[in-house]
Amino acid sequence: MTSLILHTATRLLMPLLLMFSLFLLVRGHNQPGGGFTAGLVASAAWAIYALAYDAATARKAIHIEPRVLIGIGLIAILFSGFTGLLFHQPFLAGQWGHLKLGETARLEIGTPLLFDFGVYLTVIGVVLTIIFTLEEE
Amino acid sequence: MLAPALVRWRPAAAGYLIAALPAGLAIYFARLLSVTPFGGQVASFAWAPSLGLTFSCNADGLSLFFAVLISGIGALVAFYSAGYLAGHPHLGRFYGWLLMFMAAMLGVAFSDNLLLLYVFWELTSISSYMLIGFDHEDKAARASALQALLVTVLGGSALLAGAVMLGIAGGTMEISALVSRREQLQSSPLFVPALLLVLLGAFTKSAQFPFHFWLPNAMVAPAPVSAYLHSAAMVKAGVFLLARTSPALGGNETWTCVLVAVGLATLLIGGYMALFQTDLKLLLAYSTVSALGLLTTLIGLGTPKALEAAAVFLLAHALYKGALFLVAGAVDHGTGMRDIRQLGGLLRAMPKTAAAAAMAALSMAGVIPLLGGIAKEMVYEVSLGFGPWIAAAVVVGGIFFFYAAASAVFGPFWSNTGNSGPSIPPARIHEAPFRMWSSALVLSGSSLVLGLLPQKAAAPLAGPAASAAAGAPSSLELALWHGMNPALVLSLVTILSGAGLYAARGHVRRMACKLAIPWGPDAAYRSLLQILNAIASGLTLVLQSGSLRYYLIIILLTMAGLAGIPLIGQGGLHWPSQDIDARPSELGIAVLILLAAVIAIRARSLLGAVAALGAVGYSVAMIYLMYGAPDLAMTQFLIESLTVILFVLAFYRFPQFEDVGSRPARLGNAVVALLGGGLITALVLLAAGIQFHHPISDYFAHEAVPRGHGRNLVNIILVDFRALDTLGETTVLGIAGIGVYALIKLKKK
Repeated sequence: MTSLILHTATRLLMPLLLMFSLFLLVRGHNQPGGGFTAGLVASAAWAIYALAYDAATARKAIHIEPRVLIGIGLIAILFSGFTGLLFHQPFLAGQWGHLKLGETARLEIGTPLLFDFGVYLTVIGVVLTIIFTLEEE
Repeated sequence: MLAPALVRWRPAAAGYLIAALPAGLAIYFARLLSVTPFGGQVASFAWAPSLGLTFSCNADGLSLFFAVLISGIGALVAFYSAGYLAGHPHLGRFYGWLLMFMAAMLGVAFSDNLLLLYVFWELTSISSYMLIGFDHEDKAARASALQALLVTVLGGSALLAGAVMLGIAGGTMEISALVSRREQLQSSPLFVPALLLVLLGAFTKSAQFPFHFWLPNAMVAPAPVSAYLHSAAMVKAGVFLLARTSPALGGNETWTCVLVAVGLATLLIGGYMALFQTDLKLLLAYSTVSALGLLTTLIGLGTPKALEAAAVFLLAHALYKGALFLVAGAVDHGTGMRDIRQLGGLLRAMPKTAAAAAMAALSMAGVIPLLGGIAKEMVYEVSLGFGPWIAAAVVVGGIFFFYAAASAVFGPFWSNTGNSGPSIPPARIHEAPFRMWSSALVLSGSSLVLGLLPQKAAAPLAGPAASAAAGAPSSLELALWHGMNPALVLSLVTILSGAGLYAARGHVRRMACKLAIPWGPDAAYRSLLQILNAIASGLTLVLQSGSLRYYLIIILLTMAGLAGIPLIGQGGLHWPSQDIDARPSELGIAVLILLAAVIAIRARSLLGAVAALGAVGYSVAMIYLMYGAPDLAMTQFLIESLTVILFVLAFYRFPQFEDVGSRPARLGNAVVALLGGGLITALVLLAAGIQFHHPISDYFAHEAVPRGHGRNLVNIILVDFRALDTLGETTVLGIAGIGVYALIKLKKK
């Protein structure tokens, strides 16, 4: 499918969608969003890219095999689970720390963020694996 | 996990490096064993407390004894494999599985929690499956690996069921705690079924009759695997489980009867089957089966003396049988055959291997001053205390051991005669490489050293194990010479009749072969598997017609039947009592959904139907949004969009609507659809009318900020409160993705 409109729109939309997905991922803990939705947005971005050009181009642009992303995502999830054990707490118990940002602001960072990141990567990996293989069919 | 990379990086040194790890562990465990007090040390931390699963380890005499064996023999086997499998393309993979197996075995040895033990138990089954089927291009290897897996996993499931029942009966999953609640546990009505299930698990793993058949078949594995898994380590896991649970579960009639009966049966059948084996490895395998039977018997008898004998015999057996399998591998490597009728006079060509073989065989035959001899006398002494029948059975077992040892080693290495059939040209026979004979020599040499220094070397190893299994501290006294006593007499009888039996080996083989029953558990396994396969393919033919439409019809009808019939039967169907007041906007969306659904049904093109379905999805998302569930709405929107993309990709190549079927078929479809939809509607109405508990959302809302550190409830539930569920779901998602990939790629070929 080659369409000038789709090409141009994709070029504009791609960075926006990807940034939006990261935004969703990070803010997910307090506002609507989260790893799953963020992963879907990112996959949608790449899916549009694959539609506008083709799967081979999209694969080249993403630099990493989507199947590998599934593995990395699952490992990230497991890793976030195991950190609980380091602190003598159950598997998957969330661990939190915070960064001081100036006088009053502080940023809380914890293993659930890593967990969410793992979900994010896995979702992207799965959706893109399916879409790319279907597209290449 | 790093092993494959290591082998690729430095193939020559990898064997040494990999062997060094378990060797170091063995020394560490041995040192720990000498300082560990009787009760052991329990370290635990919660893993999933809500499931009663804690990661608790118990390092007592028994587990350390096993750990020393596992890691010590593991080190030698890893070292040996470097020679045996030198240059094999999958050597790295082999080491990976070997180390994983070793880790799983150590896990079994140290776990104090029944569920944890089960997890490691299954890991040993899986890694052994990969090791038996290592030669995966060989059909027999694959079949044997599958057989071993099926049998041991069947036992594993029984073990899990038994463990859960024990947990319910005893109120805890910790073995050390179950021991202290022995009375409560054994008086529970669940006790006997739980006991039988746990025993089933142990019996399948330790190849007890009638589950012994998988072990000889597993001999297709590479020799070091046989040496390690099938003599020293994995098959001992079942024995270990028995010893580990005996303080909690033992000491009653069921325990003793079952263990002694099964153990003796295994001892005799295994020994008998060994009589007419001509393949070196099969011969050793059947004698292993019978040795495991002896161990089970001893644990079943359960007196402190019996457990001491069991521990010493286990140590002796692990050393000599491991060594003999390594020797068998060396013989196979050096001559290219394993038939004991054709092997002979290898002494000159393979002197170093012969030395290792001789020591191991003497230990196996039960000759003093090797450890096997001491173990044998202890066993005899114990069995004499339980009446003549048990003693007689054990002595017959001993004679079988002697015979097996003689035919496995004396024949191939010393005798020059008696070789029927073509012999191998001597030029082709060569001594095994250094790594192979040295490993075998170290193992069998340990039999001699431990035998010569029983009080100094063997007792500190086996003693704590025996006391841990007995549940009471005991001091193990080992000596080479017990003086003239009945056990010594029996020992002499064993040696003489064993030698007599071997002298008449030609006749014995023929006789035993004639008497052997052609129909055994192995045949039963095969026919069972065939029946299962037939049922499965029959069911598949009926259910998996390959037409998506039929799949949907079957799924929907099953669902409607399973959920709908009880629903109607129990009068759960009634019109909701409260009035429905809907805002105009909601009504509008409802109309929109209905309209889109009708369009989807009437659509003449696939893309049109997809678009209409998309509209339904978006409208549902609008409803979520109105009811304050933005997360859900957002997900729904995205899923709908992606679904449309997927459909477009999939349908791009499809023809226009093919024939949608005749009128009656379409009517049938409509009925099915109405049933499915109606059921869901009824369920939703029912669910809305019922409130069992205080809604859990209050709890989550309250705990979100202090414990989840966030304000988005949905996300906190996903990644924190219910993270385990999410972990499972994500894994399933990943597997589904890979599955789709595999299906599409496979179809291409």
